[in-house]
Amino acid sequence: MWEHFSHQADIGIKASAGTLPEVFEQAAVALTAIVTEPGNVEQTESVQIECSAENNELLLVDWLNSIIYEMAVRKMLFSKFEVSIENLKLSAKIWGEKINQEKHLPAVEPKAVTYNQLSVKNENGKWTVQCVIDV
Amino acid sequence: MAKPQLKRVSEYRWLIEPFGRMRVPGVIFADNILINDMDEKTLTQICNVAALPGIVKASFAMPDAHMGYGFPIGGVAAFDPENGGVISGGGVGFDIACGVRTFHTGLSEADIISVKEKLAESLFRDIPAGVGSTGNITLSTAQLDNMLAGGAAWAVEKGFGTKEDLDFIEEGGCTKGAVPAKVSAHAKKRQQEQMGTLGSGNHYLEVQKVVDIYDTQIAEGFGLKKGDCLVSVHCGSRGLGHQIGTDYLKQMASQAAQYGIDLPDRELASVPVNSPLGQDYLGAMRSGINCALANRQILTELVRRVFAKIFPKAQLTMLYDVSHNTAKMEEHKVDGKTKQLLIHRKGATRAFGPGSADLPPRYKAFGQPVLIGGTMGTASYILAGTGESEALAFSSACHGAGRCMSRTAATKKWQGSQIVRELAERRIIIKSRSMRGLAEEAPDAYKNVSAVVEATANAGLAKKVAKLLPMICVKG
Repeated sequence: MWEHFSHQADIGIKASAGTLPEVFEQAAVALTAIVTEPGNVEQTESVQIECSAENNELLLVDWLNSIIYEMAVRKMLFSKFEVSIENLKLSAKIWGEKINQEKHLPAVEPKAVTYNQLSVKNENGKWTVQCVIDV
Repeated sequence: MAKPQLKRVSEYRWLIEPFGRMRVPGVIFADNILINDMDEKTLTQICNVAALPGIVKASFAMPDAHMGYGFPIGGVAAFDPENGGVISGGGVGFDIACGVRTFHTGLSEADIISVKEKLAESLFRDIPAGVGSTGNITLSTAQLDNMLAGGAAWAVEKGFGTKEDLDFIEEGGCTKGAVPAKVSAHAKKRQQEQMGTLGSGNHYLEVQKVVDIYDTQIAEGFGLKKGDCLVSVHCGSRGLGHQIGTDYLKQMASQAAQYGIDLPDRELASVPVNSPLGQDYLGAMRSGINCALANRQILTELVRRVFAKIFPKAQLTMLYDVSHNTAKMEEHKVDGKTKQLLIHRKGATRAFGPGSADLPPRYKAFGQPVLIGGTMGTASYILAGTGESEALAFSSACHGAGRCMSRTAATKKWQGSQIVRELAERRIIIKSRSMRGLAEEAPDAYKNVSAVVEATANAGLAKKVAKLLPMICVKG
């Protein structure tokens, strides 16, 4: 489950799920939803992503920044994410397609993940994450 | 942290006395209404900046200030490198040297009106804008390094514009001290196909008309008269700047503690200016500034080519180019002594007064042009830097309207098509590939730019020179 939340200048993303990899996957869907409707992005190409960080919060930032980078250099949008995380090392396969301005009507380009309102929490077995994306 | 308490010191100046970890006061320039619009989060961000080591005089906020991440947007802060002063990646932001460039067209509204739709179509077709768009220039790594070292001067060498253009850009179109080797391979890769692109979000290209002149003498000095048509471009350093911001924020956040910097907000990640990482970031960030200057220079040439097809005799000449997300070493007077300070302006414009060494001879007597972008439905303004601004806020002024509503709230309230219709009724042509993008940028999602400019002028930060209204707007 994911949603966007209000930030005066930019866009906040929030996600929740039963496991850490799942909540990271949901956050990635929320990231794509800043640009376009994720359901409208086909899964024709895949990209492998690896990253690591000193804690879960910084890992979330690195994960989403890695996707922003792949979006920018490959000019792609992504809609399916398979994440595994072990000892603060993330490995993922992400699927999507080349951006098509007519089809995807992209609203705005994510520039970077900020550390503003950044959190990764596990409460009663439920993971929730949030951060603000600079657009 | 306790709630910041505001004290009014004059009609347009407010003070937050230092409390908690603040080393200096917070100073906000605003009128009664604008100050009420600034929420507690914005005020807290002003106070957080005031807690950073080596800050000089105050943590300033311009009348368009609103909540950012780390620094508020509209924040100005000076740091003394000789006194432990820091450099903050968050104090510059991810869109390094985002700024506004305005140029004259030599045409009047009457010249344009009959071909307005054609001109709008041509600009929309020929100026790459929006998510995923690429320019027609692909740079090799070596060419990229030359661009990062040379800025707009590099672009002129490559045939984009003329040498005269460079006189009307801050620092002559090339920021010294750029070190392209300090820019990551990722950042360079992100920029390879993005030269000469507008970007998205609040970036735009506008054809505007001068509707009001407030100071005839300065307007004449800037070459402006009522009825003139101008073109303004608002964009920045594109993917390169975003990636430099990302790369260095991460490093600064992990190194801050080793310099004894206790961050009130992780996004304020800072290290001493004179530390190895501080110097590396300066070299990379200055490369980002040059990238933005080169980008706006290329866009200028693309606009000239569009105009040349429709108006073969039109001469598009520079008014000025000024960035509003930067950290720059500048000489300023503090308590009677001249000091070299690192001035962070995050969503704030440099506004040098008359006589400044960085001004081209033509503007020396008038002060630096300060270009204030509005929204697609509202006015833009041209101001001039004043002598008093130096003592008020290290020669700084506002940068635009400043948002007052989030993007998520704007899309719930408006539809893009409705905005296009409403603006068409006011004879403003909007071109954009994204209706949702338009809704997010709805004019009413921003503060009243006229109120922001009035407060800036009344506070003495800059002088009102001319008011512009949009005729055509190409949204990124």
